[in-house]
Amino acid sequence: MANSVLQNAVILLGAALVFVPIAKRLGIGSVLGYLLGGIVIGPSVLGLIGQESEDIMHATEFGVVMMLFLIGLELNPQAFWKMRKSIVGMGALQMGLTSVLLFPLFYGVFGYPLNVSIAVALSFALSSTAIVLQTLKEKGLDKTQAGQSSFAVLLFQDIAVIPLLALLPLLAVGAASPSDGGHAGHGGPDLGILSDYPSLTILLAVLFIIVLGRFFISPFLVIIARTHMRELFTASALFIVIGVAWVMELAGISAALGAFLAGVLLANSEFRHELESDIEPFKGVLLGLFFTAVGCTIHFETILENPGRIALLVFLVIAIKAGVLLLVGRVFRLVSDQTLLFAFLLSQVGEFAFVLLASTSQLGIIDKGSLDLFMAVVTISMILSSVLLFVNEKFIAPRFGVTEAVADSPAVAISEQNETIIAGFGHFGSTLGRFLRANGVKATILDNDSDRVSLLRKMGFKVFYGDATRLDLLESAGAGKAKILISAIDSPDKNAELADVVQKHFPHLKVFMRAKNRSDAYELMDKGLENIYRESMHSSVFLGVDVLSELGHRKYTSHRKASEFIRYDTEALQRLAKERHTRESYITSVRQEIELQERLLSEDGKFFDQRADGAWERP
Amino acid sequence: MLEQAQRKILILFFHPRYEDSNANRGLVEAANSVAGVTLRDLYELYPDFNIDVPKEQAVLLAHDVIIWQHPFYWYSCPPLMKQWIDLVLEHGWAYGHQGDKLAGKWIMNAITSGGNFDLYKRDGRNRFTYRELLAPFDQTAFLCHMVYLPSFIVPGANRVSQEQMAQYAHRYAQVLRLLQAPGTSANQLADVAYFNDLNLD
Repeated sequence: MANSVLQNAVILLGAALVFVPIAKRLGIGSVLGYLLGGIVIGPSVLGLIGQESEDIMHATEFGVVMMLFLIGLELNPQAFWKMRKSIVGMGALQMGLTSVLLFPLFYGVFGYPLNVSIAVALSFALSSTAIVLQTLKEKGLDKTQAGQSSFAVLLFQDIAVIPLLALLPLLAVGAASPSDGGHAGHGGPDLGILSDYPSLTILLAVLFIIVLGRFFISPFLVIIARTHMRELFTASALFIVIGVAWVMELAGISAALGAFLAGVLLANSEFRHELESDIEPFKGVLLGLFFTAVGCTIHFETILENPGRIALLVFLVIAIKAGVLLLVGRVFRLVSDQTLLFAFLLSQVGEFAFVLLASTSQLGIIDKGSLDLFMAVVTISMILSSVLLFVNEKFIAPRFGVTEAVADSPAVAISEQNETIIAGFGHFGSTLGRFLRANGVKATILDNDSDRVSLLRKMGFKVFYGDATRLDLLESAGAGKAKILISAIDSPDKNAELADVVQKHFPHLKVFMRAKNRSDAYELMDKGLENIYRESMHSSVFLGVDVLSELGHRKYTSHRKASEFIRYDTEALQRLAKERHTRESYITSVRQEIELQERLLSEDGKFFDQRADGAWERP
Repeated sequence: MLEQAQRKILILFFHPRYEDSNANRGLVEAANSVAGVTLRDLYELYPDFNIDVPKEQAVLLAHDVIIWQHPFYWYSCPPLMKQWIDLVLEHGWAYGHQGDKLAGKWIMNAITSGGNFDLYKRDGRNRFTYRELLAPFDQTAFLCHMVYLPSFIVPGANRVSQEQMAQYAHRYAQVLRLLQAPGTSANQLADVAYFNDLNLD
């Protein structure tokens, strides 16, 4: 059944709209929701999407490219440099060991030819950046050891795709001549002499991107920004990403890698946030559709032909990957439950395997039947990874290392009931917690970083380990009897989520909220919360006090003015929070931020015009 | 003749360590027991000393009798009260050219003191009487065209027993009711130095 583009779009988006909320509700993550949605609308179940699913997959693969661009944007060269040890160390160890162990599996056990075994072993060593990053973000685990280590390994893998793509043609030697059935965009035009020297091409292309990113994109964006036309800026953001991807593909390199590189180069640009907010929605939608399409491509016929072989392959691949990751975690001294989390997070085969396998098939290294089989293995491993994480979180991790509660520890009496609960004990929460403790207030702490939890327990704090938005964890932490809950989690989304949970299930709790910034505070105010503390407010104003002092102002006067300013700003926040609902709400958050900034600056005028300072002396 | 309305009393309470002052807790409880008295705990309102001047002025305008309730630290008031006087009693508002917003209002000090009346006299260790040492507040009231009333003193406040404190609290409440009563006139209080001396029973 060949559907029209519009019909396909409706089906795909509809599936996402139905299945993702269900998956979120079940706590199994959005990626699994997309995949399941794909399976349901795919040829094997409802058959709403037919053979075109592979084309859809290739079209939406661009979501992966955009994702890498955004990862790059988050990662300026300095940050990249700082992580180099874990990227190269953990990454190389994981990739190397996994491929070395996977190879005999395919070559020896399953009897695939040498070149196929090498290609597949290498492809299967990669994990899914999209699934893992999404999961980390959703669970608020990005700052933990396991999160950081996963990020490093994924970066290494993503970079490793370039040489892998360059390596694949070498494996084609002796195989049948490349098939012509490749997809458009994967072949690219003949580059003449350059195609004979792939490494030179790569070098030139990378150099081209660097020069472009360093010297041309920023001035170009300045000109575009001056036109004050939003759609032009969005267009340029898309132009940059798609353009870079296209150039890289011309050069025969992974588009995703080019986008990643461009992202890193623009990470220090003043337009970083604008670019982020422009690309983000496209990425989100495309990536979601990509996973849905992946779900559609599962050929149940292929699976039914070889159910045993596929099940065994999936099991062994995941087992080997997880085993290697456990070892890597040990070598790099992660604590036990972080090692487990790390292993389960990265145990699936990633989306780049689709890209590599597709290219392997074009080169004629593997036949269609094997390709379908391997694709099925990849997809099933992706689906299983969400399930495995769920199993780990619920049943395995609690038995190892840091447990959720300290129920068995005699050091802390179970009966001890604190009036105050602090969720999140990072920089913000710990300063606050120490201050409260210095004044004799004992607080129960919720945190999801196991290292920190072990340390705090050693120091005699009452700590619960896990996601603070989980109802059962809040209950065991005594939220039912406590008076005050302080939400000091780093992620604004998690904070907001916690506020919802508390308002719904523990309405008696007085909630004190940490807010990252003004717009974050607005969101919380919309929920009817009152005690909202913008983390940068006091430090930035009092930095200003010191600057005034440096400029010759008297310190006491500046201090007085600082308190007045904070009072004024808090009032302005409340006023603008109400007003902002009358303004258009579709504009993206960064844009909104700029608009509010503008409103605020004009509002400040009123503050300056206020009564002259008559304190002590007449001005 | 129409019955005159009760005077509205405002107690401006200043204590930097209220949690450890039994004497002031007694007075605050007494004040809260009298209906229609506004009590503002200024150290609680302005822990950063950044007094909201327009707000405080508006509160003053809404009342007829103002009581500064505070410990008599170093023969004077706690620093926030001095800050309050400095900032709220503005030139051109409370005093000076066209500064008549408080004219005719009554004002007094209600103080808790470590010493007692024997120490506060010519041949005592403190050489001056309470009333003499309170002269700056008297003069402040005068400059703002207000009527300065007798003071209410809780002497020996750090050592005062519960029974004694209960008596002072009772008397404080009596003073507040006396000031509220429409029949009370400032003239009849003119010769009284301390409310402690006035027979209210």
